[in-house]
Amino acid sequence: MNTDSLAYVFLNATLVNNFVLMLFLGICPFLGVSGNFKTAPRMGVAVTFVMVISASAAYGIHELLTALNLRYLELIAYIAVIAATVQLVEMFIRKVSPPLYRSLGVFLPLITTYCAILYVALFQTARGYTYLHSVVFALGAGLGFTLAIGIMSGMREEIDLADVPAMVKGTSMTLLVAGMLSLAFMGFGGLGGG
Amino acid sequence: MQKSHAKEHGPPEAAGSFALDTFLDGIWKENPVFVHLMGMCPLLAVSNSVVNAVAMGLSTLFVLVNSNTVVSLIRRWVPGQVRIPTFVLVIATFVTVTEFLLQAISLEVHAALGPFVPLIVVNCIILGRAEAFASRNPVLPSILDGLGTGLGFLLAIFLMGAFRELLGAGAFLGMDVFGPDFEPWVVLILPSGGFFTLGVLMLGVNWINQRAKRRPAHAHAVHTPREAA
Repeated sequence: MNTDSLAYVFLNATLVNNFVLMLFLGICPFLGVSGNFKTAPRMGVAVTFVMVISASAAYGIHELLTALNLRYLELIAYIAVIAATVQLVEMFIRKVSPPLYRSLGVFLPLITTYCAILYVALFQTARGYTYLHSVVFALGAGLGFTLAIGIMSGMREEIDLADVPAMVKGTSMTLLVAGMLSLAFMGFGGLGGG
Repeated sequence: MQKSHAKEHGPPEAAGSFALDTFLDGIWKENPVFVHLMGMCPLLAVSNSVVNAVAMGLSTLFVLVNSNTVVSLIRRWVPGQVRIPTFVLVIATFVTVTEFLLQAISLEVHAALGPFVPLIVVNCIILGRAEAFASRNPVLPSILDGLGTGLGFLLAIFLMGAFRELLGAGAFLGMDVFGPDFEPWVVLILPSGGFFTLGVLMLGVNWINQRAKRRPAHAHAVHTPREAA
């Protein structure tokens, strides 16, 4: 498959190099919000939204800073834009859906510190993606995150009902299950990623 | 973290032991990884060899100590509403410094850590300590807190790295340990191995804490970790 095609970029970000299970990005929300099958996918949508917006903004910043020869400010500029975007999304969700706002709780402002979002910005810069590629990449990454956190929350709801030894309960169990899920996702490697 | 706040107003004669506690708490009782489940992304992602793990741990330690120092110095002049963006900018500055330093020291390690060096900015341990400790305490305790917490993270990531490299590649720091007959457990080097290793480490920590809890004679010395989220 042509590595520059949009479909390749999308599939690669969603399945082959799944952000959570293959690249270990966004582990905090993955462990923190994946307890409930109802809220987890919504969290995924919020993250996807922030990703797409910050990816577009990062593209503009990169062009601007390159033109001004101020590349070393990139990291600081990216994180500032992400913080502003999260603030925007937070206000938007609070206005549109107060119940969702309450159920996401502290994890919503914490989106700022999700490495997954900053990684999208850094990765597209390193790869020299065009604007369209950047947005598709961000969409794919967000979808992959939503997929992983959705599957995980379904599994954790089942595990809650199962009888597991006290020592393994909680984080330990979640991590072991995540390991198996990650093994399963390795199967997508055959799609031609790398 | 909550514990540190309560102690802030302790009697002045306890200042010496307070400083020592601040330092020691970060390493085990309030270990950022095992107790607070913070900093998971770099912990899982770059712990596939001891060299990478230690480089990551040291970089994080460096940023943490410096950002804690600066945040503590400027804490009186930062208005509450803009404190988080301010802290993030301070952290991002030190991460940029670290990235150039690491590039100057070893290009090889810098390449191996890849995007995870700039991603130290979003390591919640650092912002967490800035917000929960450095923004409320004087400079010296903040430095000690940064050192303790950073060493706690270093310990966790070193354990992960040692475990994964020993069993996954049969080596330690790149040196062959088990001889040519050893069949490496390749799965531990793969991404899923990171989850497995951390799961097993957590299990070990649970086990130690549960054992300690069962011995009432030493109960006063044992910290009960908060229920894992």
